[in-house]
Order: sequence, then C-alpha cells, then structure tokens
Amino acid sequence: MTTAIGRPLDRVDGHAKVTGAGRYSAEIALPGLAHAVLVTSRIPSGRVELIDTYDAERAEGVLAVLHHLNLPKGGSVPPLLPSLFGAAASGQTFFPMQDEVIHYAGQHLAMVVAETLDQAEHAARLVRITYQETASITTVEQGRDRAYEAEKIFAGFIPGRIARGDVAAALDRAPVTVENSYYCAANHHNPIECSATTAVWEGDRLTLYDATQGPNATLHTVAELLNVMPSHIRVVTNYVGGSFGCKAMIWDHPALAALAARAVHRPVRLALSREQMFSSVGHREEQEQRLTLGADRDGRLTAIRHHKLSPTSHFDDWAEPSLGVASQIYACPNYEGVYNLIKANTMTPTFTRCPGEASGMFVMETAMDELAEKLDLDPLELRLRNYAETEPMTGHPWSSKGLRDCYRRGAELARWSERDPRPGTRRDGNWLLGWGMASSGYPVTPPGNPQRARARIFADGSAVVQSSFSDIGTGAATAMTQVAADGLGVPLERMRIQYGDSDLPNTAAAVGSAGAGMVSAAVHIAATALRDQLIAQAVADEHSPLHGADPRQVVVSDGRMALRDRPATGETYAELLQRAFMADAEALGTWNPPGMDTPYGTMTFGAQFAQVAVDPDLGLCRVRQLIGVFDPGRVLNRKTAHSQLMGGMLWGMSHALLEGTIMGPDGRWANASLGEYLVPVNADAPDVLIETIETTDTVVNPLGVKGVGEVGMVGTAAAIANAVWHATGRRHHKLPITIESLL
Amino acid sequence: MRPVSYSRVSDVATAIATVAADPTSAYLAGGTTKIDMLRIYAEPSQRLVDINSLPIDHIEVQPDGAVRIGGLARMNDVALAPVVVDRFPMLSEALLLGASAQLRNMASMGGNMLQRVRCSYFRDAEASCNKRAPGTGCSALAGVNRGHAVLGTSPHCIATHPSDAAVALVALDAMIHVQNSGGHHAIAIDDFFLLPGDTPEREHPLNHGDLITAIEVPALPAARNSLYLKVRDRESYEFALASAACALTVTDGVVAEVRLALGGVATKPWRARRAEQVLRGAPATRETFARAAAAEMADAVPQPMNAFKIELAQRTMIRALETLTARGEAP
Repeated sequence: MTTAIGRPLDRVDGHAKVTGAGRYSAEIALPGLAHAVLVTSRIPSGRVELIDTYDAERAEGVLAVLHHLNLPKGGSVPPLLPSLFGAAASGQTFFPMQDEVIHYAGQHLAMVVAETLDQAEHAARLVRITYQETASITTVEQGRDRAYEAEKIFAGFIPGRIARGDVAAALDRAPVTVENSYYCAANHHNPIECSATTAVWEGDRLTLYDATQGPNATLHTVAELLNVMPSHIRVVTNYVGGSFGCKAMIWDHPALAALAARAVHRPVRLALSREQMFSSVGHREEQEQRLTLGADRDGRLTAIRHHKLSPTSHFDDWAEPSLGVASQIYACPNYEGVYNLIKANTMTPTFTRCPGEASGMFVMETAMDELAEKLDLDPLELRLRNYAETEPMTGHPWSSKGLRDCYRRGAELARWSERDPRPGTRRDGNWLLGWGMASSGYPVTPPGNPQRARARIFADGSAVVQSSFSDIGTGAATAMTQVAADGLGVPLERMRIQYGDSDLPNTAAAVGSAGAGMVSAAVHIAATALRDQLIAQAVADEHSPLHGADPRQVVVSDGRMALRDRPATGETYAELLQRAFMADAEALGTWNPPGMDTPYGTMTFGAQFAQVAVDPDLGLCRVRQLIGVFDPGRVLNRKTAHSQLMGGMLWGMSHALLEGTIMGPDGRWANASLGEYLVPVNADAPDVLIETIETTDTVVNPLGVKGVGEVGMVGTAAAIANAVWHATGRRHHKLPITIESLL
Repeated sequence: MRPVSYSRVSDVATAIATVAADPTSAYLAGGTTKIDMLRIYAEPSQRLVDINSLPIDHIEVQPDGAVRIGGLARMNDVALAPVVVDRFPMLSEALLLGASAQLRNMASMGGNMLQRVRCSYFRDAEASCNKRAPGTGCSALAGVNRGHAVLGTSPHCIATHPSDAAVALVALDAMIHVQNSGGHHAIAIDDFFLLPGDTPEREHPLNHGDLITAIEVPALPAARNSLYLKVRDRESYEFALASAACALTVTDGVVAEVRLALGGVATKPWRARRAEQVLRGAPATRETFARAAAAEMADAVPQPMNAFKIELAQRTMIRALETLTARGEAP
C-alpha cells in the first residue's frame, strides 16, 4: 500500500548535515591519523628530470615523501568502465607516480605524508621538481589539425560514427537548412565537498572512507590497482557533499591514500584541495559541434548531421556523448553523427552532470529555434511537428513518454501563446525581455549488475533496510526510506535505511540518474519479500487471526497485517514475531535489471521555458524565470525530486551564462578556484517553477522510476540562448554567453 | 601552510613598535585576504600581529561635515552607517557590492585599502610575477588576462586593483591617515595608490610598520546624488569587470559638479579626471557623457582578452551619469 512514496518528506540525514554531526570522508577522526598532500605537475607535457625531497623529508612532522622512485608498485589499472556496471571503474587508464613521464598539468607527481595537514601542505611546497618540458596540446584550437575520427568512445560503448539513411542526399534535397558551429567551454563539477579518502589498514584488511558515488566502484577499482582481494576491502561513504559526476568514476587518490597508509603504518587522510579538484577528478571537455538540419517547408526534419570535436587524454578515447539525446529527441529519417577526437595533454574527461545531453541539446535546441525562425513557425509548433512517436534510432516504442503533456503544461505556465514571436520588441527600463523554450531528455539506463537490498524487521515492529548505495546529496536515503516503509507496510518513523557501505548488499554507483530507479527496485523487492514472508508465516500459524487466509487477500498497513475486505481480522508483525519467539526476520531482495537490448526507448522527457532580461549596453543577461515540466515516471519524494530538477535547471542556467574553465597558454587551467570559476550565487537564481507529469512506466524498473537527477539541466542553456535571441535579435552559439559577447 | 607566529596587541603604539621591529611581521586585521595569501604562499609574512583590539574602529562625523572612518571599522558597519548612506551613497553601495556579508563583517577599511590584486599569476607562488617577485616577468601579459587592467598598466604589470570601496573614496578625495613611530601624517588617496610603472611591487607610499588609523572623507554635498555601478558576470561574489563611482549635480541642464572614478579597469582606483573635465560645465546629455567617457579611455591599452573593457567602461560611465541625471531631475 502506498502511503509514504511521493510525500515531500524532509531529508532523513538533514539534521546531521546541517548541525555538522554528519562526518564526511575527510572528517573521520581516527587515532594516529596522518595527512597526505599531493604535489602536482606544473607543466602539461614532459618529464620529471629531478625530484628533490631533501628539505621536505626533513620538515617538521613529515613521515614520508612518496613519488615514482619509491612508491611501491601495485596491481594493474582496470579498464575504463562506467561505474553503472558495478565493477571496477577507473576514471582513466593511467595511474600516476609509476614513471617520470608527465602527460598533463596537475598530474600527481608526489605525495607528502605528515602528522598534521598544515605540516604536509608546507612540506609539499618544499618538494622541488626540475622539469624537462616538451611541446603540448591542450585545446581544440591547438589540436585541430591532428583530429581523428574515434573508432569508439565512452569506454567502447558508443561507436565513433553512427549513420542512418542518406544524410547527404537528404540535405541536397532539403528546401530549408540550418548549419552552424557551436562551442562549449570546458566545465568542472565543483561540489562543495572536495574529494577525499581516509585509509586504514588492519593487517591485510583495508577500510576506505571515501567520498564516492559508488562504494563498490571504489572497492573494485582499488582492489585491482593495489592487487588486494576485494573481500579484504570495505568502503564506507557516510555522507557525500555533492558530486555531479566527479565522484562517479574512481580516480587515483583512494588507492594513493591506501598506499600512503601502508607506507607509514598509520591511518592516512588524503583530501584534494579545491585547486587540485580541477586536475584530479576529470572534467567536461571543451568542445566544438557542427550541426546541420535539413527540413521540408512544413518544418519536418529530413536530415540531421551532427559532428563533434573535442580533446581527450593520451590514454583514453573519451568524449561525453553529446550526440545521444540530440539524435533521439525528434523523428528524422536521415542521420549522421561523428565524434572526432584530439589527443591532448589533459586528463581523461569524465561524466559531468548531463554528460553530453547538456551540450548536445544546447546545440540541437538552438538550431531548432533558428529553423523555426527561418520557417516563420512557432518554436513549440516546430517541435510538435517533429515529435518522435517511436525511438528514432531503433524504431522501438518508448517505455513511456509524456513530452506532449510537458510541452502543453509548460506553455500554459509560460503563457507561451501570448508571446510576440518578433525579437527585440519588449523592454523594461534598460532591460530587453525575451522568452525561449527547449525540449529536455535524459536516457534511462539500467545498471549492468543485479541490485540488492536486505530488509530486516525486529520483534518490536521496527525495521531496517540495508543497501550499499551512496547518497550524494540527492535525497536517495530519504526516498529509499519511503520505498522501504511502503514495501514492508510499516510507518516511516519505524523504518531506518542503512546505506553507504560496501559491506551491505551490493548496488552499482549512483550515476546516470539511475540511482533512484535501481536502488528503489532492490529496496522494494526486499521489503515486499519480507512482507510476503511474514504474511506466509501468519496464515500458516494456527495462533494467528489470519490462519488459513489466502495470502493474496492480506494487506499490511502501519505494521499490521489484515484481511483486505475484513480489516478487523489481523495482527501486527510484532505480535506474530513475539509469539514465535523470533527476535527478527529478514529477507534479501535482488533486482535483475533489463538488458541494454530491451526493445524500448527509455527516456525522461521535459520541456523548459526561460524568460531573460538583457541589458545590451552593459552586456548583462539575468534570468527572470525558468519553467520546467518533466515526465520522470514515478516520483518517490516530491520535495527532493523537485530540488533535483531545480538544481539541474540552475546548473543549466550556469552552463549558459557563467561556467567555463579556461585553459591558459601554459597548458594549465587558469581559473581553478571558486572565486574565478563562476557558478551562480543566490542572487542570480531566478524564480524556478517546476511541475512533473507522472507517467506510468512498466519497463524501466519495478516502481517505474525514470529519474530526475540530470534531466533538469538538459535544454536549459538552449531555452536561455533562445530567450536571449528573442530579447535582442542576436544568436549565441558559444557557451558561456558572456558580457563581451552581449555588448 | 607555512608556520607563522601570532600575537595580539591592544594599543596602537605597541602594535606599531612590534611590527616595525620585525621586517617579517605584518598587521592582521580582518584577515580576509592575508590568511588566504599565506595559505597559498603568495605572502611572505612569518609573524602576524593581531590588531583587532585596537580602538580605531569608530565612524565619526566631524563638525565640517566630513566623516572620519577608523582603520579597523568593518566594511559592513561603514556601509550601513546612516551618515554614509545619506551623504555618501556611492561609498555605501561600493562596500555592499564589494564583498559578501560574511567578508564585510570581518574585513577592515584599512585592510581594504591594502588588499592585494587578484591576478592569478600574482597569487600562484610559482609563477613569474614582477609584483610578488620583482624582475621575474609578468605572466599575465601572455596569459589569461580577461580581468586585467587597460588603464595605468606598464610593461611590468597589468593587474587590476580589486577594491570597490577605494574607487568611491578616490572619487570623494578621501585622506588616508597613517601613524608610525615618528607620528601621524595624512596622504591624499589618489597619491596613496601607486601606478605599477617599473616598481609594481610598491603599491603604496607606506613604510614597514606604518598603520592606517583612519580614512577621512571630506564633506561633499554633491555626493548625496551619487552611486556605485558595478558590472560583473554574476550578481555577487565577483570583482568588477568595470565599475563607476559617480556623484553628479546638474543645474539648468548643465553639469555643475561631477566626481567620477573607475574600478575593474585600472591598476589603481582610477579617478576619471579627463572625463570630469569634459563634463564640467557641459550640457548633461548622452552626447556629452559619451564624449567624456571616450576621453577617459583614449589612452587605454588592451590585452588580447580584455579589449571589451574599453567599451564596457565607457558604457558604465554613461549609464552612471544618465542614472544620476534622471535622479536629479526627479521631483
């Protein structure tokens, strides 16, 4: 019986977080704790000629200085595999401090371990490295001539070229075309909590307190990197202060923390500095995209040609899949998508909230607006004319799709029909006003491994559900408490969720907006399995009022089993357990996800509308309102789901107007701080209006949860860029849209 | 962090004597920049003398209408002081736009005058920087310089002066009161900020141990119609790309009195004297304002990434002047 699911329940971990009682991975207090600080490369390419550790080793409090000449060699680097597979998930196929070669600025070259953090930081400054620098490539512009078409990207899962129909012929015939190049600056995640690992050895057993989206991903990756049996590693993730993808894959620092702890025979904490976060945990790569749309005179798309060019590392062919959703959002018979890469002196880029969807849909949805302008069609009408009734790349039916309702409701909220389509016609004092819209979509991807949870009830009727997942700030623990309470049929206050520990039943990492769907499946199955087990026990128990009843006719509410049509007949779980002298009962739930080859298109859809004000004299653009309507399937907690969507939309605004990591001529990120890498402040946040269209989805997972983690960010940048055009009459093809481009 | 020693003093004479006696020492007031600088090794002090208990944090109105602001007055207290809000709105606004509330509650006015530049190469202890390590070169010239200066630059340094409050104070002809073991003296604020020239490491005519005890803002009736306009990428927590502190009196359609200073575009808080000269006595029209703004920026030297600042600074001046003209006309 559903009573808790959907309610806007406050976060179960909220009190611990806001009072400071919750201990994050860099706050674990342990006796004898030592501190490690990384020394990183100043140059993007070359080699370490000399590493002078004399002064550092003699500085006060220093326990060890580790580098390529003395770091014990471990196991091997596992292949790049998204942590959604539940296995080892190395962020790049490179492990530092193995030799003297430097592949990128910020590469970890040495590690100083000392009694205190201040001592370690000071000694790290005393490590003197002599470099032999060689020529480097760190930007699209520098590497354009060396670009190559990727065979595969994204850990080998996505082909470098995807084609359907005959794009060249279709474009030749198309009476209307739109063709442009677009540019998106590199982005970094910038969660408030910087990545950190505290490592403790007890004999040959290793415990890692790690800020991660997947405790099991950390476990498997470190096991391979150090050649330690996975059975001997435990990863604990009590709290995570945001991630946005930078803790989705496992980078070298957890293994380095473990190596440091082994070297000094003490627990070691390794916390990255804010500056180190810019070159230690991946980024969204700088990228250029070229998009050509062909359409007939009614606006029906006949061809899409979408090419991307971006830098990757020397080790891995990585590009965020910017062509993905952009190829699935509209019906179109002819398609060609190509990923071109440049081998550059950067680390391997990684998942960054809406990896590819945000950048690709900025391009697609800006181009659609231009097509609408060319055809003198309403932008929303153009999208409706190209509505994809089936998944365009495969022809499969959608598992669920509420996009038409999203458009309709969003347009109502935005009073879209009252919008004068002509640009540059509305003014409020010095501000020009404009409205823009865009479609949103984010794929629903199943995890690669079975998801598990354990439900346990005690004789007093209180219950705990355990699963290893990590709550990275999304509210997952709160939502899972609701799922568990409903599944078992106990009140919320008697249900506890235990999570964030690899010793608990296995789940994949909370990535790709998949966490709520996959973990709720396991939790729901475990809780209902325990419920069914207890009902079976009751109907078989001759002392139970339910003895002999058809278990299918027994329902549970508030911890009490009763007959559906005679609620007076029944008893509580507690009565049943106590009578049987059972201290507890438990059940394991396993969800076997559908395979990647499930014959359905699966996606969360949405429609976004933005109102902006542009001061063309001063080059200022301020967003006045954002409206988003989404179809996320079932919503587990209205409050945390809306917060997720709102956070996504605000990041979309930030992607449009503020965020960009600038590569300096010296091959280093030039604005690696929260002062200079701009994210919005509260004063930038507009009125954000969010609604959800709840669709029933029986394909994606047992509760029909499609996910809300990322879709909020998809399309926002285009809606804003389109609104800027509507305000000013000028198109913007480059993100972020800065003051100098608005002057 | 480099080991530092720390002591606290409670009277001005001891503070000055303590710091003057040790060349590796420095005053610690609000610490909102100093501690950051120490943590990133961009500041060499080894001994911090905490002066937060000194009794120089008052805001006093003088008989002649001037306002004397203690060197340790907090930014927020000055910004919200009724006398500042009423008589020098540009200063109140500059302070409020200059930092977040948390920083304003900590940061002192004296410290604000002495704050260091935000150039990322100055703050990177290992980069070449003539200001931090004279003679090593200026990395910003060939580096990322979107935020750097276009006025008052030299081949040795193009770092932008970061203060907002100082821009308003330069427009207001404030005096900086300094005390040292030899006694008191006062420095006109425009002389207090030095251009980088060949000695970018020297930012003020202060000697080691000199303590800013007060900032005096002379009476200026025209300042009641004044504003601070700050243009930046986001609404808060960012330094200006261009800003203007402006006071204006228009009589019968003619500029009777004007004060204008620029922030975000120059190596020091920049008094726009050329623009003032064009404006004074001229008709208060957009055409005049544009001509004045252009005159001020005529000698600007752009860098590859910041040429837009020359245009932006002019538009900022024009907007400030137009806004004040409209306000002055309002009944």
